[in-house]
Amino acid sequence: MANDKSSMQLITRGILSENPIFKLALSMCPAVGISTTVMNGLMLGIAVLFVQVFSSVTISIFKNVIHPRIRIPTYTLTIATWVTVIDLVLAAYLPEAYAKMGIFVKLIVAFAIITMRLEMFACKESVNASFWDGLGMGLGFMVGMMVIGFFRELLGSGMILGYDVLGFKPLLFFILPSAGFFVVGLMMAFFNWIEIYYKRSKGLKS
Amino acid sequence: MTLGKIQQTILVALVLCLAPFLVHAEDLIAEKSFKSNTEILVKFSGPVDRAIAEDVKNYTVFEEPDPDIRLTLKSAILAENGKSVSLVFAEPLNTAVAHVVTIRGLAGIESTTFTVSKSYLGYLFGILISALLINNFVFTKYLGLCVFFGTSKKKDTAKGMGVVFTLVIVVSALMSWFFYNFILIPYDLNFLQIVVFIGLVSLTVQAVDTVLRKVNPILFNSFGVYLVLVIANCVIIAVPLILANSNYNAAETFMLALGAGGGFLLALYLMSAVSERLQLANIPQTFKGLPIAFIVAGQFAMAFLGFSGLQLF
Repeated sequence: MANDKSSMQLITRGILSENPIFKLALSMCPAVGISTTVMNGLMLGIAVLFVQVFSSVTISIFKNVIHPRIRIPTYTLTIATWVTVIDLVLAAYLPEAYAKMGIFVKLIVAFAIITMRLEMFACKESVNASFWDGLGMGLGFMVGMMVIGFFRELLGSGMILGYDVLGFKPLLFFILPSAGFFVVGLMMAFFNWIEIYYKRSKGLKS
Repeated sequence: MTLGKIQQTILVALVLCLAPFLVHAEDLIAEKSFKSNTEILVKFSGPVDRAIAEDVKNYTVFEEPDPDIRLTLKSAILAENGKSVSLVFAEPLNTAVAHVVTIRGLAGIESTTFTVSKSYLGYLFGILISALLINNFVFTKYLGLCVFFGTSKKKDTAKGMGVVFTLVIVVSALMSWFFYNFILIPYDLNFLQIVVFIGLVSLTVQAVDTVLRKVNPILFNSFGVYLVLVIANCVIIAVPLILANSNYNAAETFMLALGAGGGFLLALYLMSAVSERLQLANIPQTFKGLPIAFIVAGQFAMAFLGFSGLQLF
């Protein structure tokens, strides 16, 4: 039971209090670049989730064999291996979605968030805990991407997941690539605002 | 006198080196070029039949990527000596792409086909400008953002990071190009490209670190800290992946890497200049830090949209 509780904590931590996109501000490139629709966000989120979980588990299994001085190159090569796997799988089975994401699937290899989790968590903790931590971080990234995609798709083309919801296009500007910066910036400001408001309502000084 | 001779030799050598690119045409066509954006000038090695050369119906012209779209010729004017013809088009041409011209019945040959394109140096420069401004990696491709927001607080940091980054990217891109063309392709190991490229990048960073530490400790003290950040940057792995996709040769790879690095330096410097002013400004508390940086970057991205369609040559 105790294990279940801690695994739940690890997952919720990744999604909420340490969300990779909104809280840690890591791996911003795809958050701005391809989050034009919910579907794109979901697809890349799944890819990142896969790489994060498998790299975390791999490093956690071999943590006692890896010499501390060469740990960073080891992490990089582990991630690169799993990225190659997901890259080839997506190219073979989901060619359309793969074409939309373009180079960003291959660029998962340079995501700071994955290396950081390996360095901070997986190389110290047990395989089980690393799995749940990787799952939490991956889900956090996926949720973040989908939330940005949701707003951009809704405001830009009036659609959700390809279905026409509003019937008109409120602000075509949001579908333009450069609007990604504005959406992410405004959402970060929104999260900050909630935090400040929450602290004030509790009578704390921020 | 000797200087003049050396210059002459260099010039001849340059022309010889570029000759395959400039004149790989048939014997009949001596020279061809874009005279303006609505005119192609073709020079022949000897005088040609005026009736054939001036008949618009004898020419077919299309852009190399779209053979189905035939461009309409307004007129073909033969020069007095009959050795050159200028083809005038009804609409402006996109001189960035190669044009394929076919002439029928000229000098008794059924059809003569040749391509007209801009000079190779102009094309190389085009790649550089494209990577630097039109397809700036930060503002129009959205790569390298983590490092971009992390190191664009001060102008000095921005300059240091940009210079180190450009250095590493040029070296690693050339190495990746070599490995890709001479090892990955011949042995059919294309599926290993991510592993190989990221390995090469880490290796380059480590090598630059070691060399710089020995050769110029002062420079290392001021720039060394940025080297670690370079690995975590997506631009540095994106450049090898792009050049693997587009079959660039060594010179084109060099230009792309230089443009990517220079573009990153430019973006960092612009952003840091704004950031220094932002520190003095009165920003709402919710927007302090990253949110306002994102809004500014968004405005830069919109400004960089203005570069699309830019052509210098």
